[in-house]
Amino acid sequence: MTDMLKEFKQSILISLWFVFLTFPLMVVRVNTTESLVEWRWMNMVWVALGSFILSYLWRYMLARQQARKKVADSGLEKQSKVTLLLEDATFRYRAMAVLLVLALIFPLAFDTYQSTIMISALIYVVLGLGLNITVGLAGLLDLGYVAFFAVGAYSYALLNHHFDLGFWTVLPLGGILGCLFGIILGFPILRLRGDYLAIVTLGFGMIVKIVLENWSDFSFGPSGIAQIDRPGLFGIDMDLAGSTIYIYYIMIAMVVFTILVTMRLRNSRIGRAWIALREDEIACVAMGIDMARTKLSAYALGAFWAGMVGVLFAAKTTFINPASFTFMESAIILSIVVLGGMGSILGVILGAFILILLPEYMRAFSEYRMLAFGAAMVLMMIFRPQGIISNIRQKYEYKGLQKETDNG
Amino acid sequence: MAEKHKFLEVKGLTMDFGGLRAVDSVSLEVCEGEIAALIGPNGAGKTTFFNCVTGIYTPTQGEILLHPKELPTRRLNGLKPNKVTEMGLARTFQNIRLFSDMTVLENVMIGRHCRTHSGIFRSILRGKGVREEEQQIVETSYQLLEKVGLADFATEFSKNLPYGAQRRLEIARAMATEPFLLLLDEPAAGMNPQETAELDQLICKISAEDRIAILLIEHDMKLVMNISNHIYVMEYGKKIAEGSPQQIKDNPKVIEAYLGEETDA
Ligand SMILES: Nc1ncnc2c1ncn2[C@@H]1O[C@H](COP(=O)(O)OP(=O)(O)OP(=O)(O)O)[C@@H](O)[C@H]1O
Ligand SMILES: [Mg+2]
Repeated sequence: MTDMLKEFKQSILISLWFVFLTFPLMVVRVNTTESLVEWRWMNMVWVALGSFILSYLWRYMLARQQARKKVADSGLEKQSKVTLLLEDATFRYRAMAVLLVLALIFPLAFDTYQSTIMISALIYVVLGLGLNITVGLAGLLDLGYVAFFAVGAYSYALLNHHFDLGFWTVLPLGGILGCLFGIILGFPILRLRGDYLAIVTLGFGMIVKIVLENWSDFSFGPSGIAQIDRPGLFGIDMDLAGSTIYIYYIMIAMVVFTILVTMRLRNSRIGRAWIALREDEIACVAMGIDMARTKLSAYALGAFWAGMVGVLFAAKTTFINPASFTFMESAIILSIVVLGGMGSILGVILGAFILILLPEYMRAFSEYRMLAFGAAMVLMMIFRPQGIISNIRQKYEYKGLQKETDNG
Repeated sequence: MAEKHKFLEVKGLTMDFGGLRAVDSVSLEVCEGEIAALIGPNGAGKTTFFNCVTGIYTPTQGEILLHPKELPTRRLNGLKPNKVTEMGLARTFQNIRLFSDMTVLENVMIGRHCRTHSGIFRSILRGKGVREEEQQIVETSYQLLEKVGLADFATEFSKNLPYGAQRRLEIARAMATEPFLLLLDEPAAGMNPQETAELDQLICKISAEDRIAILLIEHDMKLVMNISNHIYVMEYGKKIAEGSPQQIKDNPKVIEAYLGEETDA
């Protein structure tokens, strides 16, 4: 009770302070043409009320967060209802089936514009899941992830332009080239950690973009490559709407494929090695895990998805230039992983939808997009550092299990 | 009686950190079926010695030779830690290094990594072989948890375990790599007398049942004198004495080194 009173007092003080600070801006207005001073007292009330409520809310959330931390530290952590529900396998399968059906009828129910937006969200889902392997599971920071996306997109654009190779031929090739570049990036940074890793991966992303911009003979420079073929379907001619729907279905298939593969990887011997590497590098190698191989595989397998989905991106837009592969893209993909929940597949999918769809549908606020973005990230880090949905744990079956559940 | 088979043979090991000589030409042997102990005051260089042997540091000078029973002798100098573990030499850490965001069972499963083979492609396809191997990993790990008495905590996060249990989990994780020689760095640190007594039994059991030779660093003199066959004493990076527990107890040099040090002996 005294706590609440204290919070209340603090919040009132803060709101008074805000009123004082914003007084000249929000309340006083000098009308120069008529040499009049307007006093907008209503504004003051709003500022006072707004800052009071926000401050109180902030304090309340922080207190709750602290309480929860204490519980977690004492090891008595209760799993949230959402986590419990998600761990129920039958519920999971049903939910997945419903979602899949919804996803399949989506382009039939909505127009081409909606499908296009959905395609770009799905592209980011795949990108997020890919980066999730490197950053979320293996704990290796990568600020230049968009470079692999560019590798995929340019490999299709160039191979299509020069050799007339089709989408389906280049699709796996793009993934493999992404892998190769992942390994190329991985080698020099095997020994790096933390800040150094951030700088080198950032530089790598920049280098790829600058090369694409300036090596005009190879990449056609800033003007980019146009008239890239859309994906073919047994040589059938399709109009824009038909082709968009087709690409949408390809994208759905790709997302399902990505989820399946990353899930299996995470729950395998390789995935466990990645997580161990993230948790403690020295203990990890002391347990007989080859650090170089594990790190390289994390970079390569993360990059694979970016390369593959890059091919689809080029086929969808039919025009690419280096401007699509800026650092901003890497930052957004990384935000998807962090916001969604490091290592959590479901979280990353949700994160991608939130970060890509919300700005699309709230065009009115597009000016404040970066502001909201930043604020959301800061709030997340404070109140939910584990992301929207934390990792669902794999369950193991062993002989002693029966006995255990009988007792408990 | 025939000469015992030496598992580990270290000759004149020296480790410099800049101007500091943390380990100064130390020689040591661990034989089959033996429980050896390495003791000495704080900062004597014991942990550094372990780090050199297990490949975390590359020693400045000296020879580290591993003689497995069936395989030819290997020189461990400069080998990467994971290679050393693959050769059959596992360790625990003084400052507990568990994978805190993994469950107790998963921690042990990591130890199985170097004895299993499923690669990336096979893991994605998840065929019968891979599934069987996974199951094998789980069962073996669970049995190890039973051995160290942590089976009830299998699904708990390792960070939520009490201190003594964390140390036993480190032992289980190291055992999962199928070593023939186990290096334990202060396994009893932070344990209460009852936990220490249990640890005493556990180490003897590992030595007797699993035929694993043990080299341990420990400050708890009661434990050391109880279980070890052979004791090495270090001070300021140098080996100042070695011998049976009785010889060490009576050695004036050792008594002097420990004078003023708090010991349980
Ligand atoms: N990485 C390092 N760099 C520089 N000096 C080091 C390093 N590691 C250890 N040392 C120094 O080497 C000496 C021996 O340290 P070590 O940790 O081996 O002692 P210890 O015998 O294990 O002591 P304790 O009983 O306290 O664990 C200490 O003086 C320590 O400061
Ligand atoms: Mg030490």
